[in-house]
Amino acid sequence: MRCYNNVLNLWAKTQTIIISKDRINNSIWYQCLASKVILYLIQDGYSFPLARKADNKENAMNSEVYKESPVVHQPAFIDGHSVEIPILKILQQDGSVYQGAELPKIDQALATRIYKALAFHRVLDERMVGAQRQGRISFYMAALGEEAASVGGAAGLEDQDMIMAQYREQGALMYRGFSLEDFMNQMFSNEKDLGKGRQMPIHYGSNALNYMTISSPLGTQIPQAAGYAYGQKLQGKDAVTMCYFGEGAASEGDFHAGLNMAAVHQAPVIFFCRNNGYAISTPADEQFVGNGIASRGVGYGIKTIRIDGNDILAVLKATQLAREYALKENKPVIIEAMSYRLGAHSTSDDPSGYRTREEEAKWQAHDPILRMKNWMLANEWWDEAQETALFESLREDVLAAVKVAEKIDKPPVEDLVTDVYDQVPEHLNKQLNELKQHIKKYPESYPFTAGRIK
Amino acid sequence: MAQMNLLQAINNALDIAMAENDSALCFGEDVGHFGGVFRATSGLQEKYGKARCFNTPLVEQGIIGFANGLAAQGSTPIAEIQFADYIFPAFDQIVNEAAKFRYRSGNEFDVGKLTIRSPYGGGIAGGLYHSQSPEAYFAHTPGLKIVVPRNPYQAKGLLLASIRDDNPVIFFEPKRLYRASTGEVPEEDYQLPLGKAEVVKQGSDITLLAWGAQMEIIEKAAEMADNDGISCEIIDLRSILPWDVETIAASVMKTGRLVISQEAPLTAGFASEIAATIQSECFLHLESPIARVCGMDTPYPLALEKEYVSDHLKTYEAIKNSLNY
Repeated sequence: MRCYNNVLNLWAKTQTIIISKDRINNSIWYQCLASKVILYLIQDGYSFPLARKADNKENAMNSEVYKESPVVHQPAFIDGHSVEIPILKILQQDGSVYQGAELPKIDQALATRIYKALAFHRVLDERMVGAQRQGRISFYMAALGEEAASVGGAAGLEDQDMIMAQYREQGALMYRGFSLEDFMNQMFSNEKDLGKGRQMPIHYGSNALNYMTISSPLGTQIPQAAGYAYGQKLQGKDAVTMCYFGEGAASEGDFHAGLNMAAVHQAPVIFFCRNNGYAISTPADEQFVGNGIASRGVGYGIKTIRIDGNDILAVLKATQLAREYALKENKPVIIEAMSYRLGAHSTSDDPSGYRTREEEAKWQAHDPILRMKNWMLANEWWDEAQETALFESLREDVLAAVKVAEKIDKPPVEDLVTDVYDQVPEHLNKQLNELKQHIKKYPESYPFTAGRIK
Repeated sequence: MAQMNLLQAINNALDIAMAENDSALCFGEDVGHFGGVFRATSGLQEKYGKARCFNTPLVEQGIIGFANGLAAQGSTPIAEIQFADYIFPAFDQIVNEAAKFRYRSGNEFDVGKLTIRSPYGGGIAGGLYHSQSPEAYFAHTPGLKIVVPRNPYQAKGLLLASIRDDNPVIFFEPKRLYRASTGEVPEEDYQLPLGKAEVVKQGSDITLLAWGAQMEIIEKAAEMADNDGISCEIIDLRSILPWDVETIAASVMKTGRLVISQEAPLTAGFASEIAATIQSECFLHLESPIARVCGMDTPYPLALEKEYVSDHLKTYEAIKNSLNY
């Protein structure tokens, strides 16, 4: 409508427009005159709402919903915090279930699979932060204290569901079965990395596992998830899209764009917000004033649930319900999982500069993995001997895998120019050949590739 | 063959693309029943249903984000940005997402099925925000293809090729020509190659290069030059990225002179990239400096549009200066 408004402004100013033949042949005026919109406007005079008259009646704004509202004659604001949002909790820290709590669908096999993924997550994070400190990898991001959100979320899905994550959801990939070797090859950017050594550590992705490759820019996956899910719906797939993001990323414009698009176009997507209290050093109370991220669901007309993100059973329950609803109703859902990032944002920052030890200690008491372990023990689905054996073997496996992955070659120089396009275009071939000649001239300066150039 | 204007040719291409491929979707602001503010998507919702041709909320980053997701999923999104001037909220989704999707995933995922259509360019009394030619911003981004047609025949063939190409393509449509440019267009399906320039008219004294709506400007200037006995070779670049160095270089080797005309401002416009490459490819064949005839380095004006634009007279002067260097 922008061009029409532009024309309308002029119309309003001049009242009479003399349009030369030259202008008509060759201008926006002609295009506007040719449209219904301007004809309506010319008939009715200048006023903005008239533009709506050109809309299809079926498409016209549905104002029925407002008619049900109470009418007042004294001005009164509604409060920005007037929506009360309950939080779902199922499992207590001691491993007992809240009275009357409705459990998710879970049996011993599923519980064990989830618990093993959580344990793998804890060990991999711990070892890889160490490996970064030793200078073996350049960068790492742990998810200490909030592993239940990613692992539990994936466990509530089916394998054919697409997961579009932010970057701290390696737990979902672990649950799906991304191998230790795959993780290592990505972190060491070697030639066996599925991503061909192109992205910083932790930017995993796997087509086979329906886990979209991570992108550093924040929030970009949110509108993409809406589109992905819309495509799934149109093609009648028995699948939804799971979209993870943090409470900080929810400040990005793409968050608004994605949620609104999903709501308007009725896409079966689960928006899973990990509210872990911090965006690098910025606490949530400096990120927004509203009632978390869940309150925004109301504004978009999206069904929303807030859960204890450290409660694996609550995460599983909410995701199972959300999937069922999204698929059946072809509509989006929001889950806000309340948690706390016990670790640093990444290996590049130190939280002692922006928060207290006391605050961290408070959350250490809510460890989601210990909570699940307590529940497993109480169910007699797990014992201490299994616990010790699992963690010991995981630590050994990770250490051994590091030693293998770091010795694998970097990708060949040709990988610089592939996948920019579906085929390598002429100008990139030329640049690659020039580079190869240059490397041959100074082989000692390019040790990764010099020996392998033909 | 039918007589079509540029809009009808685009509409016809979209119709063919949607008929042959159930996963092809057209969407954007006012694109649905209304058929787009310029009518490029007229009739498509009636024919293919609301699920496949629809209005989106007013959110360009949402439109392209949604389109990226659809393309990654395997659908064929054809997204419209109502005016190229409003493409910038989607810049991140285009430059950081669409362009890098395949590369960053090691080809695990791609958005090759994505096509973004957007009307660009001035000459319509559109002022600052209905006139811009933003191709150079995107030309700086590996992973994108950029295509600009000059007439209805080109528009249909190039748009069908763009939709079917397995890379994200930005298709900039010269809105000044939407209804002004008419011509014979085959009703059947055909494609024109991406990444290939077209020599529109052979000549021997000087090469004139442009794309999109600027083609008729250089053609007019060439007519004036012809009256002075100057033989101009006229080339339509058609694809901005990747662009056809070979065809341009071969022509300049022959004529020894090059004038590039673009609507966008002079500094860091795509003409600058062409000039740098061609001087490197053809250095010893050049008889005079490569000239760029461009918009001025100001925002696109309204009242002084005629003064601002790189018109046929400025191009004609550049031709004469090159010959008299």
